[in-house]
Amino acid sequence: MAVKVNKEECIGCGACVSSCPFGALVMQEDKADITEACTACGACVEVCPVSAIAREAEEKTISIDKNEYKDVWVFIELAEGQIKNVAHELLGEGRKLADAMGQKLAGVLIGEGVEHLTKDVFASGADKVYMVEGSEFKYYTTDGFTTVFAELIKTYKPSVILMGATNDGRDLGPRVACRVGTGLTADCTNLGIDEQTGLVAWTRPAFGGNIMATILCPEHRPQMGTVRPKVFKRPEQDFSRTGEFVRVKSTVKDIRTRLVDIVRVCTTACNLEEAEIIVSGGRGMGKPENFALIEELAGVLGGAVGASRAAVDAGWKPHMHQVGQTGKTVGPKRMLPSLRQLTTVLLAMSWKYCRH
Amino acid sequence: MEIVVCVKQVPDTTEVKIDPVTNTLIRQGVPSIVNPFDKNAVEAAIQLKEKHGGKVTVISMGPPQAKDALKECLAMGADEALLVSDRAFGGADTLATSYTLAAAIRKIGKVDMIICGKQAIDGDTAQVGPEIAEHLDWAQVTCVFKIEVDGQKVRLEREHDEGYEVIETQMPVLLTVLKSINEPRYSTVKGTMKANRREIPVLTAGDMEVDPQHLGLKGSPTQVRRIFTPKQRVQGELIQADSSRAAASMLVQKLSEAKLV
Repeated sequence: MAVKVNKEECIGCGACVSSCPFGALVMQEDKADITEACTACGACVEVCPVSAIAREAEEKTISIDKNEYKDVWVFIELAEGQIKNVAHELLGEGRKLADAMGQKLAGVLIGEGVEHLTKDVFASGADKVYMVEGSEFKYYTTDGFTTVFAELIKTYKPSVILMGATNDGRDLGPRVACRVGTGLTADCTNLGIDEQTGLVAWTRPAFGGNIMATILCPEHRPQMGTVRPKVFKRPEQDFSRTGEFVRVKSTVKDIRTRLVDIVRVCTTACNLEEAEIIVSGGRGMGKPENFALIEELAGVLGGAVGASRAAVDAGWKPHMHQVGQTGKTVGPKRMLPSLRQLTTVLLAMSWKYCRH
Repeated sequence: MEIVVCVKQVPDTTEVKIDPVTNTLIRQGVPSIVNPFDKNAVEAAIQLKEKHGGKVTVISMGPPQAKDALKECLAMGADEALLVSDRAFGGADTLATSYTLAAAIRKIGKVDMIICGKQAIDGDTAQVGPEIAEHLDWAQVTCVFKIEVDGQKVRLEREHDEGYEVIETQMPVLLTVLKSINEPRYSTVKGTMKANRREIPVLTAGDMEVDPQHLGLKGSPTQVRRIFTPKQRVQGELIQADSSRAAASMLVQKLSEAKLV
């Protein structure tokens, strides 16, 4: 799809220029001109009063048999031998997508000694588990997990893959997507099925959360996305559920990185994702030293310490404390943001995910 | 050490505002800046060069005005700059962008390390770095906040959900870095003037070994279906008083009513 301006119909009103989120339209000799910054989002098409702008379908050059690709997969990310909350949340949401598409839901479990976790995956809604076990998978490595995941995709051909937008998920996702040559939508905050096409509609924030974009992956498979933790509810588990179990042999030979040590520095003060109470500060705190006030109050209340993107970008707090669209999605019962934060979209959005 | 740093020119998203009437982005007057994370990447590369010798090349894919971003990196102390620019690259998503940048990096020749910022503040995808590594079949380590080089060996500290990991690997390697890795230096007046006089070489599609099907909009598997402004949801209660002391006592009262203190 490409957006084109019909210069003969263009009246040079400039409505499209101000509507473009990417600054891709300029006025040249009183006519609108589209530059290479265009992403074909179509925002200008809607605002043109004389319908001089249209989205044209490009000729399809890459054709794969999309019907060969079936089922929704969820990457079952582990932490210390346990399934991370985000994987359960994605199984819950993946179940809805699979049902809407009339397909199966599968969990992809990669690790060392993880077979006992399969019942946990079935209980959260999966129909199928693909498991790859080996000592080389005791800890996450880019090379090891990418190789296994890409092999699974080539063999079993899923239609949709969901991964948590965690540090490891954001490391693995693009690597796998690139190896199999497909698209990946990062950090989604909403998933649905596009009514017109039946494709997965991935919605995510952009421009620091100032706008939302809905992305499709029409001609490539699988359709892949990473989803932020805490966006979706963890499903009620049903341990009477069982499913199909597929054990796959590891083909991993070369892992080029070596994990030497894991250092845990997280305390209750930065465990935002699980926190019931969060006291949060932003640029309005004036200087980093003033965060001591936030920390003291959080200490008294037994809560976690949050920080806005501005405060984190300024280096006042480490990224571990960042809340909102570009930080952690939080679900506290109470949140005490400082004044300046409350006035931003960022936090207004993060409120959306608060349970109360 | 031959180091390549990938930088992106982005609108300063902290200056982007929403027009309350039309509910669209106001881009007018929003300055274009070097993506902040990429400045940390440039600083990290310059520090490695200062310690181990070698050369730092900054590379950017974008329209001709992205030269300004590259000049800013030259002024900081990068040795060479290269702009990858062609109408054929327009509308590229992360896969097409990384494909193009990887082809440009191959053209540079022997490279030991590529450093990227963790993510760009306009798209926030954090994908282009890992995808360049995949196109080149290199090792990668993301979210790095400490780099130590000893011969061909590289030791890294990588942020993790609850702390950090210590990872060892060999060059060549691609790294993405966090803000906390360093404080980017300011360029001197002399450095800026010198950088402004530099000619920035431009690589076009014709200069590289690329398949046109993998470039720009055509080479992009993802499509933007719709852009919209999120609904402003302001919930909660604003505590306002004449003095901070009075506001604080109101807050304490609320907290004790909620049985939190």
